[in-house]
Amino acid sequence: MNSLARLSSVLLLATSLGAWAQDGADMAATEAASSASSTATAMHDATEPASSRDTLLRELTQASLAQAPRVISELERVGGRELLPLFEAMLEGELHYDADSLQLMRISKDSGGVEQATDVITGEALGPRTSRSAEKVRINNRLRTLLRETIARVNLMEGSDDERAAAARAMLGGITGDRLPLLREAFEREEDGEVRGLLEVGIAMAEIMEASNDEARMAAVAVLSGRLEPPVRNLLSRIRSDENASSELREAAAEALDSIQSRIEFYQLLEQLFFGLSLGSVLLLAAIGLAVTFGVMGVINMAHGEMLMLGAYSTYVVQQLMPNHIGASIIVSLPVAFLVSASVGVLIQRYVIRYLTGRPLETLLATFGISLILQQAVRTIFSPLNRRVLAPEWLSGSWQYNEVLSLTLNRIYILGFSLVVFAILLFILKKTSLGLNVRAVSQNRAMAKAMGIRTDWVDAMTFGLGSGIAGIAGVALCQLTNVGPNLGQSYIIDSFMVVVFGGVGNLFGTLIAAFTLGMGNKFLEPMTGAVLANILILVFIILFIQKRPKGLFPQKGRAAD
Amino acid sequence: MKLHKLVANIALGLGAVSISITAFGQDTIKVGVLHSLSGTMAISETTLKDTVLMMVEEQNKKGGLLGKKLEAVVVDPASDWPLFAEKARELITQHDVAVIFGCWTSVSRKSVLPVIEELNGLLFYPVQYEGEESSKNVFYTGAAPNQQAIPAVDYLMNELGVERWVLAGTDYVYPRTTNRILEAYLKAKGVADSDIMINYTPFSHSDWQSIVADIKRFGSAGKKTAVVSTINGDANVPFYRELGNQGVSAEDIPVIAFSVGEEELSGIDTTPLVGHLAAWNYFQSVKSPENDAFIETWHKFIGNENRVTNDPMEATYIGFNMWVQAVEKAGTTDTDAVEDAMIGISTPNLTGGIATMNAAHHLTKPVLIGEIQTDGQFEVVWETEGLVDGDAWSDYLEGSKDIIADWTPPIECGNYNTVTKTCSGQNYE
Repeated sequence: MNSLARLSSVLLLATSLGAWAQDGADMAATEAASSASSTATAMHDATEPASSRDTLLRELTQASLAQAPRVISELERVGGRELLPLFEAMLEGELHYDADSLQLMRISKDSGGVEQATDVITGEALGPRTSRSAEKVRINNRLRTLLRETIARVNLMEGSDDERAAAARAMLGGITGDRLPLLREAFEREEDGEVRGLLEVGIAMAEIMEASNDEARMAAVAVLSGRLEPPVRNLLSRIRSDENASSELREAAAEALDSIQSRIEFYQLLEQLFFGLSLGSVLLLAAIGLAVTFGVMGVINMAHGEMLMLGAYSTYVVQQLMPNHIGASIIVSLPVAFLVSASVGVLIQRYVIRYLTGRPLETLLATFGISLILQQAVRTIFSPLNRRVLAPEWLSGSWQYNEVLSLTLNRIYILGFSLVVFAILLFILKKTSLGLNVRAVSQNRAMAKAMGIRTDWVDAMTFGLGSGIAGIAGVALCQLTNVGPNLGQSYIIDSFMVVVFGGVGNLFGTLIAAFTLGMGNKFLEPMTGAVLANILILVFIILFIQKRPKGLFPQKGRAAD
Repeated sequence: MKLHKLVANIALGLGAVSISITAFGQDTIKVGVLHSLSGTMAISETTLKDTVLMMVEEQNKKGGLLGKKLEAVVVDPASDWPLFAEKARELITQHDVAVIFGCWTSVSRKSVLPVIEELNGLLFYPVQYEGEESSKNVFYTGAAPNQQAIPAVDYLMNELGVERWVLAGTDYVYPRTTNRILEAYLKAKGVADSDIMINYTPFSHSDWQSIVADIKRFGSAGKKTAVVSTINGDANVPFYRELGNQGVSAEDIPVIAFSVGEEELSGIDTTPLVGHLAAWNYFQSVKSPENDAFIETWHKFIGNENRVTNDPMEATYIGFNMWVQAVEKAGTTDTDAVEDAMIGISTPNLTGGIATMNAAHHLTKPVLIGEIQTDGQFEVVWETEGLVDGDAWSDYLEGSKDIIADWTPPIECGNYNTVTKTCSGQNYE
């Protein structure tokens, strides 16, 4: 996961670095870096005297942010692969030094949350030490860029498959003619297909810049056709508008660009589809509990949003209780959130809603009051500030299909999760005896009662089920939005919108409505902007409800009355 | 019968209250605090209320002002903009306060303006804002656009070589005006239309996937791209999280924010934000004797070592100290006398410089650019060489570049057109 995320970020930074290097704005750092790179491979087995390395390491602790790039380039030259842990520690902001002895060390938290110092090069443990007691080696964005580049160069020859691919990608951004020998050498040694492909692109790019005869350049353009890497596109569009290039070459470049462009458009469409599905899944999660309490039972439950909120706060509390197992905490939160929200739901049903059966206006006001009470309770217990819920490792980052299509993992999981929750709910309502009772009571309360069904008990359980499911949805939502007292309010309108649009009482209607609205919103957004897209969707629903007051899939038969 | 008794009781109670107020009133100077203590803005504004209370306490330890004790009067306008006007009126007419410290959002300030001008009150406004305003009765101790937005863009352009710009903001008056100014400024600097992308989102927006994908695409054109963010409030958290998840790091496309400070970062997971930038006139991490003392006093007052300090707190601190000096200089708390005394007053700021009140009721300030670190603090990566003088009316907007504010004779106007030589008087709508 980590390596995936790093890989994509390296790639993106490479493009920006290309532009950076082009206008020569940053002479010192880039020049030093590129000269170092060409020597790096030649030098790193020759052993430099350790003393110069130690001097440089001492210098690193005292260097200003402006001097540090030079020191790092020098270090790369003398240290090479040996110093990789140092660069990595620095990149992650864990590199510290002792204020008196200037000794460098890495201070990081161990699994128990205690800060431990380790020797930055050998990895040998130096015992517990707080980061406060040592000075931090300062770092800014320019240094981070340089460090990633440095790490990429060192890795290009000797890293693992992933590391070499990342390194090759990173090199594409800053490619120049004089990189040819290094690229060719790496290409000769390379066995991995993906890395070879990337190196080939790099060689082709360098040849276009370097070669004097059109034939070689045309051949190189042919290699680049269909490649999605942004630096390739930028190079080709430069050639297309280059006055000095021959018309044939410019045409070839334009053709290659066209083929790239049509591929990109295809992937963009896929991406937009995914965004629509993802927004749909969020709407589905927000609305699915309401589809039970409002849809099946007919209770206008204004406190539904607060059930989501309680689920999110349950996640927060669980994370506080198990701070060292963030990944597992989300899983543990699911049943906890269900129980918390379901029991609050049952209490509300037993002590408030039960006495208001058949009086929708009073129910609306009472549940609205309950929502305010719950919000204030959360404010009093947890503070009015938003609480922080950490994203576990397995839920962050993205799944990169290719250069232009990457889907964020948290959204993929949430999409799957919403469908699973929906399936479970459907199963409960259709296949269990509770479900049978619920359907019977909602169709004809008096008859169900006459048949010996404990309608009171069924009502409480149904309301608990709807609330509990909302709680589970809250666990998922806290990965996407802020956990605060107002969380519920921002979803209550959407939830009602989905349920009403889909047709009250119809679970499949809710499913289809959620995905329709999600898709509609995401396809409107690029054209109109986020604000107007929301408004247009609301206007659409108002018009739709005028035409079909019972939603997409109205209930038929006697149950509809 | 019962009703009678109740009315009598209320009357008695009111009498007692008013007596106690007048008894106090004789030897105290009242300081009004007009910050929301509930509603959406409570998160930010409560801290400023505490800051004023702390400053009042500190001043009283030094023996008060003009031989009298200071007394803070706190009201809660509840993040409800029209209520700000009512509460301001209540502070001035009922509580007879000498000065008000208050407001955060521009819309609340605009709501208070007519009241404060009508009743000739005195307001210290401590938050960075969009400019295009200068009132006789208001002192703006936060940054004007030329003290935050413009230097931030200069930094990106000159230091990071940014050529393509995304102006992203929440859909309301401050981001819209700021982006209008920035767009005019960028075009004046020769940036093409196609290199500027402007995007607005609603308050508390949480679905950032398409916008971030757009930004990513916009940034893949081979030119260095940056996002200038006037996104306000808690919408920032999902925004930065989405950036992180889609693999946009601060090194590729840095985001510079004008409304994200230490207080906003203290409640959230900062991992996806590391390396992104913010432009302010103060950071808690700045080392200076004044700042160390301020942080220590704050921690002692609030009783929590983990509470952070931020830019609007510094603006409140400067505003309060200036007011105290002006009152001492004028020898009275009379509004007109204090207003005259205010112009030209200097007081140390917390970053080792001097803040001076200019004739347009704005301050001189240093501009700092900071990078977000893992601990939620900022590392200063760049600052202006000297202090920047606050400019109420932007020099880059049509219709605003000829206008100046000068509250000293002979102009004495907050909206003076230097071409037509006329003063259009009040500037609230």
